[in-house]
Amino acid sequence: MARGSVVIESAHLRTLILTLQREGYQVIGPTVRDGSIVYAELSSDGDLPVGWTDEQEAGHYRLRRRDDQAVFGYAVGPHSWKRFLLPSPFVLWRARRTADGVLEETPPADAPRYAFLGVRSCDLHAIRVLDRIVLAGTAVDPIYAHRREQAFIVTVQCANFAPRTCFCVSMGTGPRATAGYDLALTELLEPGAHRFVVEIGSERGANLLAHVPHRPARAADLRAAEQAIARTATQMGRRLDTNGLKAALYANLEHPRWNDVAERCLTCGNCTMVCPTCFCFSVEDRTDLSGNVTERVRQFDVCFTTAFTYTAGTSHRHSARARYRQWVLHKLATWVDQFGTFGCVGCGRCITWCPVGIDITEEAAVLSSRRGAGAEDT
Amino acid sequence: MPRRARPKLAVWKFASCDGCQLTLLDCEDELLAIADRFHIAYFLEASSATVRGPYDLSLVEGSITTPEEVERIHAIRRHSRVLVAMGACATAGGIQALRNFADVAEFKRIVYASPEYIRTLERSLPASAFVPVDYELPGCPPSKEAVLELLTAFLQGRKPRIPQHSVCIDCKRHGITCVMVAEGTPCLGPVTRTGCGALCPRYRRGCYGCFGPMETPNTTSLNTWFTQQLGIQETRLLPLYRSFNAAAPAFAAVALGISAAHVNERSGNELPFASKVERARDDG
Repeated sequence: MARGSVVIESAHLRTLILTLQREGYQVIGPTVRDGSIVYAELSSDGDLPVGWTDEQEAGHYRLRRRDDQAVFGYAVGPHSWKRFLLPSPFVLWRARRTADGVLEETPPADAPRYAFLGVRSCDLHAIRVLDRIVLAGTAVDPIYAHRREQAFIVTVQCANFAPRTCFCVSMGTGPRATAGYDLALTELLEPGAHRFVVEIGSERGANLLAHVPHRPARAADLRAAEQAIARTATQMGRRLDTNGLKAALYANLEHPRWNDVAERCLTCGNCTMVCPTCFCFSVEDRTDLSGNVTERVRQFDVCFTTAFTYTAGTSHRHSARARYRQWVLHKLATWVDQFGTFGCVGCGRCITWCPVGIDITEEAAVLSSRRGAGAEDT
Repeated sequence: MPRRARPKLAVWKFASCDGCQLTLLDCEDELLAIADRFHIAYFLEASSATVRGPYDLSLVEGSITTPEEVERIHAIRRHSRVLVAMGACATAGGIQALRNFADVAEFKRIVYASPEYIRTLERSLPASAFVPVDYELPGCPPSKEAVLELLTAFLQGRKPRIPQHSVCIDCKRHGITCVMVAEGTPCLGPVTRTGCGALCPRYRRGCYGCFGPMETPNTTSLNTWFTQQLGIQETRLLPLYRSFNAAAPAFAAVALGISAAHVNERSGNELPFASKVERARDDG
């Protein structure tokens, strides 16, 4: 809140979106599509999920009507921002064989300037996790870097809904966003007074607000905003004890629960696809019939497939047990060794969108329990 | 580039609806390129002019359902350098493999006025039940992209890139909201092999399993969820799996209550393709 806070009336959300568009941003935000709230390009505020919420449980999501006009009264849906920051599939280059040799053509770098509207605290942390991996590592991914650099981020503080599958409080990633945004909105729904407290997080954010009618925030506004966010924190539907989690998982590599979860796991890959930090990709060369045109394409890969570890004629993680263990260990243990942070931000997507409702918090609690029968150091 | 002689391509039909062959004909923009690269030697659906074997690449559509067809698939195998089974019928027996779960003599008696004229096998079986198959292209029908990829891979002497994972991954890639989680619609996507571009979920329908079992299908877990969480009656489970790939081992096992994980250890799509050497080694 270093740069102060203001208040805008709900009607001026429209102005905010229009201003972003006028500044040349492609505004991506929440919208109702095919039974869920997804992220897609918004043409105006009319596309926002006004009056909608979601009901989430393990393996269960239902879009529900609210009895108010809340714009952001829902938890995160199946999409995350990696969809835009790490576009997939992405053509890295295309080459055509001409009569006089190989001519390499690179597709134009026409990355859109995105404005992300409605980025929750967990997802801000997910973006930060991706930053560490693809920006701060030994190799910088220019596709991500370009999009990330330009992206204008409008955060929405989590308020006005009960987060059933969320556990950001446990992961220290929310529900209150404190940094990493240009603007952060907290929606206040009071009878006859629908407004947003806007925290200014950057110079860019402050400049944009100059075009949006606003008034200074009063102490009462700020208090109401804090209360709304605090209420969300107390309503977390899930928790995960991260204290000593990494070591406990390492100590339980042969825990019988791995077999148990493997019986339920479909190895379908939904968890990794909805995870906002799962970044693994594969690169393949595609050729046409003539053999004269080839393109190299990058797309998200999934550690639950046999192809993921296919090396020297065989796959190396045959069983569902091996694949599920790899995923959970990476998210909650090896990721810490690799990148200095958990690979999980507690958004709960993998819990909701697992077709058979496998709950990472429940599994991790059992798997890290040293009292588990058969647990042994390996 | 020095141009090699064009490989001879043959397309064969067994018990089937012709949909797979039509997929090949549907490659409208690429047909000239295909004809340019291949010598289309035998393809009755496209031309009555045929050329004698041997053939470099044979695409086989349909299941084997009669004694004559058994003879014919053996003959085709003898005349084909590479033989590819194309579609649900040729790879899993097709919808007509529903007979595998019933009494064919009984069917004959009920359906035909003079059943004594009907010469048929007890079961509808995939080509691989009778002859070595170099590659299997799943789907009812396979997608145009998959057929083109197969032909391209053949020309380039590499393995076709036909994914074996679930439909779910493609749903998520396309940003399609899960119909099962968000609407409670039973969907075979998690146990079905991708290849259709997630066609049904895209239109808010559950997956019908047209491409058969994915590489490691856990039908037991999915069925438990269907019955215990989605409230689907046990008796409704079987019809879900009894369609185009009813006789694919992992789907057929549902009726018998066998865990699919135990029947699908050898996936047909891991059959070697480009390298005959590999197959010889496997056979040996």
